[in-house]
Amino acid sequence: MTANAASPNHLQLTREGQLRHFLTLDGLGRELLTDILDTADSFIEVGERTIKKVPLLRGRTVVNLFFEPSTRTRSTFELAAKRLSADVLNLDINTSATSKGESLSDTLLNLEAMASDMFVVRHAQSGAPHFIAQSVTPGVAIINAGDGRHAHPTQAMLDMLTIRQHKGGFEGLKVAIVGDILHSRVARSQIRALNELGAEQVRVVAPGTLLPRDVESLGCTVEYDMAKGMKGVDVVIMLRLQNERMEGALLPSEREFYRLYGLSQEKLALAHPDCIVMHPGPINRGVEIESAVADGPQSVILNQVTNGIAIRMAVMSMAMGGQLAERQKKMSKLTERGLV
Amino acid sequence: MSALLGIDQLLDELENGLRSLLAQRGIASPVLIGIRTGGIWVADILGKRLGIEEPFGELDISFYRDDFSRIGLNPKVTPSRLPFDTEGRDIILIDDVIMSGRTIRAAMNELFDYGRPASIILGTLIDLGARELPIQPDVAGQSLVLNAQQRVKLRGPDPLRIELQEAGQ
Repeated sequence: MTANAASPNHLQLTREGQLRHFLTLDGLGRELLTDILDTADSFIEVGERTIKKVPLLRGRTVVNLFFEPSTRTRSTFELAAKRLSADVLNLDINTSATSKGESLSDTLLNLEAMASDMFVVRHAQSGAPHFIAQSVTPGVAIINAGDGRHAHPTQAMLDMLTIRQHKGGFEGLKVAIVGDILHSRVARSQIRALNELGAEQVRVVAPGTLLPRDVESLGCTVEYDMAKGMKGVDVVIMLRLQNERMEGALLPSEREFYRLYGLSQEKLALAHPDCIVMHPGPINRGVEIESAVADGPQSVILNQVTNGIAIRMAVMSMAMGGQLAERQKKMSKLTERGLV
Repeated sequence: MSALLGIDQLLDELENGLRSLLAQRGIASPVLIGIRTGGIWVADILGKRLGIEEPFGELDISFYRDDFSRIGLNPKVTPSRLPFDTEGRDIILIDDVIMSGRTIRAAMNELFDYGRPASIILGTLIDLGARELPIQPDVAGQSLVLNAQQRVKLRGPDPLRIELQEAGQ
């Protein structure tokens, strides 16, 4: 635990322990993570109905604030908000006023003036959603949709939901996370979630150049050899090689990387026979993963996408609910004191 | 206040009331849907008593509650399960107790997201009055007026029993 591990929680949770922002998994206990997974299970059922909508966020405005490009995350957040009956505004910051020189704070002030109730934020800078949560008007919920190399908590939770669906739980599970750990906010959030939910072993498998220096302190073991890393695992999570974040020569070549760390059918055969294959997408076929594996019977990659909608519905409705309950509580106190 | 009936008597009253209502309306093949948690215990028993072979549905109304904006989301929500198509069906909606009527409003809103039923009959074990919405049960095992300190609580599922609690006990 780092020294400031308590601070995000102070920001994320109400006094009663309800979610009011969703910024990081740091400091969130097993019970709350399980509540998120259980709530998402109920939203999966909603997705199977004739009318795939519930009225929880009816009349609320959700702004998707994406400072970095994204297809899957943004569209599943949009669909999640719409299935909660919210009005959704998608802001692609590259084409908006910030490119005309407006500051982040001014952009936010303008959006708040439009009576927004929730910002879903993706930003290249670690800590940006945290910063926004600290400065935003009380009552407005902030959801982290990926910040720099720091965290991608909804991705990690949809992965946990996928694992729980296929494995029934986390007790005794051995999980390998393979590839570009260094640039991956997804891996950090996954390691945190797997440890909190009680997985037996989390292994990261990567070349030394793609591992952060303090990686073991996140709660995992390190394996440089893919064959050893794959041995007997129940779940293998492949990460995308983030070429756009590579500075300098961390890799000899993509072909070399694939030979050593790409998931082929031969390497998958070293895992437990029921091992599931996951990837947060977008996949680079022939770079991290062989097509026959990505499309094969052990792949649950498309399940992850479906689960992404349910998880995002869960955290959005829980955070909005926490904000509303908190507001109600303040109002009742003021009423009691005769101030309203 | 009249005395609270025992669970068997309450179930008898509810069963008989539903039988005559179904006969009167000429409904031959209804389906049962219970509202979590007490409603599904009662629906389970009624299904056997009324000889309804189709498994009963289970409704969790957490996503439709009108107090979301006051207390947030129920953290213990579970998926609703309707093992049949509700479109065009005659539904018997069951809850253990009706009071304000808000639960039933939420349940009907949810039901209509699955399709358009032909009809809905509402049955409850106990009607406690104190309505806040214009919603009434078609059949109730017993109508009861409680004083401010009293509560009824259904416990189950096996054995199913009903308790009258006094505040402070």
